[in-house]
Amino acid sequence: MTTARAQSALQIAVIGNPNTGKSTLFNALAGMHARVGNYPGVTVEKKIGVIEWDGQPVRLIDLPGTYSLSPRSLDEMVSVDVLLGQQPDVGRVDAVLCIADASNLERHLFLLGQVLDTGVPTVLVLNMWDAALGEGLKIDVRRLEEKLGIPVVATEAHRRQGIEQIPAAVDRAMAAGGHPPTRQFPPEFYDECDRLGAYLESLGESDVPWYLRERLLLDVGGTVEQRFLRQPGGERLADYLRASRERLAAAGFRIPAAEAERRYDWARRLLSDVVTYPAVRRTTLTDRIDAVLTHRIFGLGVFAGLMFLVFQAIYAWAEPLMKLCESGQDFVAGLAAEALPPGPLRSLVVDGVIAGVGGVLIFLPQIMLLFFLIALLEDCGYMARGAFMMDRVMRTFGLSGKSFLPLMSSFACAVPGIMATRVIDNHRDRMVTILVAPLMSCSARLPVYLLLIGAFVPPTEYLGGWVSLQGLVLFGMSSLGLVVAIPVAWLLKRCFFRGEAGTFVMELPDYKLPSPRLVLYRVYERGKAFVLRAGSLIFAATILVWAAGYFPGDHAELDRLEEEVAAVAAHLPEGAAAGHPAVLAWERLRDARNAEGARLMRESWLGRAGVAIEPVVLPLGWDWRIGVGVLASFPAREVIIATLGTIYSLGGEVDEESEGLRGALQAATWPDGRPVYNLPVALSLMVFFALCAQCVSTLMIIRRETNSWRWPAFTFLYMTGLAYVGAWITYQVGMRV
Amino acid sequence: MFSLDSLRPGERGIIAALSGDDPVTVRLLEMGLLPGEVVEVLGVAPLGDPLAILVRGGRLAIRRRDAARIQLQETPPRRPDSAIVLTGR
Repeated sequence: MTTARAQSALQIAVIGNPNTGKSTLFNALAGMHARVGNYPGVTVEKKIGVIEWDGQPVRLIDLPGTYSLSPRSLDEMVSVDVLLGQQPDVGRVDAVLCIADASNLERHLFLLGQVLDTGVPTVLVLNMWDAALGEGLKIDVRRLEEKLGIPVVATEAHRRQGIEQIPAAVDRAMAAGGHPPTRQFPPEFYDECDRLGAYLESLGESDVPWYLRERLLLDVGGTVEQRFLRQPGGERLADYLRASRERLAAAGFRIPAAEAERRYDWARRLLSDVVTYPAVRRTTLTDRIDAVLTHRIFGLGVFAGLMFLVFQAIYAWAEPLMKLCESGQDFVAGLAAEALPPGPLRSLVVDGVIAGVGGVLIFLPQIMLLFFLIALLEDCGYMARGAFMMDRVMRTFGLSGKSFLPLMSSFACAVPGIMATRVIDNHRDRMVTILVAPLMSCSARLPVYLLLIGAFVPPTEYLGGWVSLQGLVLFGMSSLGLVVAIPVAWLLKRCFFRGEAGTFVMELPDYKLPSPRLVLYRVYERGKAFVLRAGSLIFAATILVWAAGYFPGDHAELDRLEEEVAAVAAHLPEGAAAGHPAVLAWERLRDARNAEGARLMRESWLGRAGVAIEPVVLPLGWDWRIGVGVLASFPAREVIIATLGTIYSLGGEVDEESEGLRGALQAATWPDGRPVYNLPVALSLMVFFALCAQCVSTLMIIRRETNSWRWPAFTFLYMTGLAYVGAWITYQVGMRV
Repeated sequence: MFSLDSLRPGERGIIAALSGDDPVTVRLLEMGLLPGEVVEVLGVAPLGDPLAILVRGGRLAIRRRDAARIQLQETPPRRPDSAIVLTGR
């Protein structure tokens, strides 16, 4: 290793096209030692592997897969800033590994050409070497090295072949101190770059890196241009660039087509005596698999089957694991309840801390199962085919086929669904998908629907029992969010992400066997990221909501009743029948405890807020009790059932099947004796639940995935607004028909 | 002159020009869809859109609307069912 920087860590960026096995290579080099964070202000994940090469500390910086370094969004700009050493939280980059697919070299040299123009010492890694050989390609690595003037290494990352040459190659690249200029463009272009540099200096921008000057000229309306136009003198710069581009066009260098023409020309000339192609391109295995997997009928059938499998996995297979989490939580809560006397501390530990930790862990089975399947489908090449087949459908939402899987997963739970949006490379499509995902009818809404439908929708049947009104209402509620998502997505695209184009030009990579190591690593990485980064937020929110529901009431009476109930229950005679005096005494005490619980709930900050908002929820047909229930369920929608149980003095341990709760709802009245609940009220409440963002975990995962508080706040406001309007219309229309 | 979206699976053409200079066209250029290049339509998605095409030895998915921007100039001979002869290499 070079001694000059032996003290501090070498910083090496890793860049490459999608589907070059870049992740596998990064994983092979960095192992499990990757730290995951975010770059400030953007949604790009910052992944840094801290390792050692011959005692020299090395920081490997994994940049997102990209076809080009011509930034058209702030997310894409991160890679340029990192390479140029302009990303403050990364600092100077000593070298870059540019990963290319050896069997698809010509196209991948486009990115290499841009990377070389940044001036950072570069190593070209020809990955998937085995696949190239399999296709009958012959690549003369030494000749390519000579012509490029940089080290070139052939690897098979999935078999960990060839990666041992990388440290020495990086050393050589750094010792050479960069590489000779590639001069892919005509002299007129370089003259314009020089003049632009001088002009920028006159505006007070000295030492603008060469690569940024290139981008200023080449990317009309690109992110670099936008950044410079915001500086003082930006308007004059716009005029200057226009004139400069016109001069170039007059010299036969027409922007934007010229860059691709020249760089591909350069790539072809480089490869002319380097790669020998087989004379005949045989129909490959991938062609034959595609004939089946993207077939009009079989293709859709296999896709439907696979998606059913994914859905089944997160909906049903995760269930036992989630139950296990729940019983673990109950068990620990039981131990804590025995160890601690009734009081604020016990309540904090049991209802705050343990419930908070449980509330985080409960998502892990779904997240890990979903990412296991996604990693598998992605790594074998099928994911791109799914996006290819579903693109037409997803265009209804103004999105691309890549949004299908995240949105479908959100029908089980929006948390893993939103995490799955990482497969979407287009920034705008990813943001819109994240923002509409919470509208999909997740499994936590189901208990609420079941309770209200069971209590208030008459069990009318049509078509000789084949269709029931209850089933229709359930179906309607489950589809409502999906239907509403279509105009919402359309509006979001129009209003918030206007400037960004949603192109759908996607590579369909060759099929290959997935790498078990990469698949397992993905599962581990996603699970860890969720627990460490979203978990703390979810936990904190749970504690806050607990406090709002607990304080400021005096719990002394409740604690006393609690102890008495426990004491009496412990001494109930074995097998005592209903009506036995001891049982009657126990029942009286229990009812007193539940009534005291209801009183405290009403006294709490949460309860007071619920009472205070009664005028707001009155037009929806709700009384203050529903108001409190809805407020209490903002952290997690299924909580409403336990809250209603407490409010109606049934204790908190009710579920959606509970006859007592159903009866209490049917019997509830306004002060003047009219029943609170009727069909329009039940429907308005269900519509509210269908459209509202009542899930802290979802909001926190949006915070984490968008790296901004703005988007969870926006999601919360727009969904609550939609829910209110939807519930209002439902109730008002319902009362008139 | 005809555009890429008018080809049927198995048919090929040579790119004559791309219309437009917005980000979509830039992306198509970056992916190597340049004048002079041979493209072949490999297949069509089950719902009729997008198309799967072969260019520079790699497969790409492209929407019909974007394919319509790509003008072709002639039809090189249809490849035999099992093999395609790459010209110009």
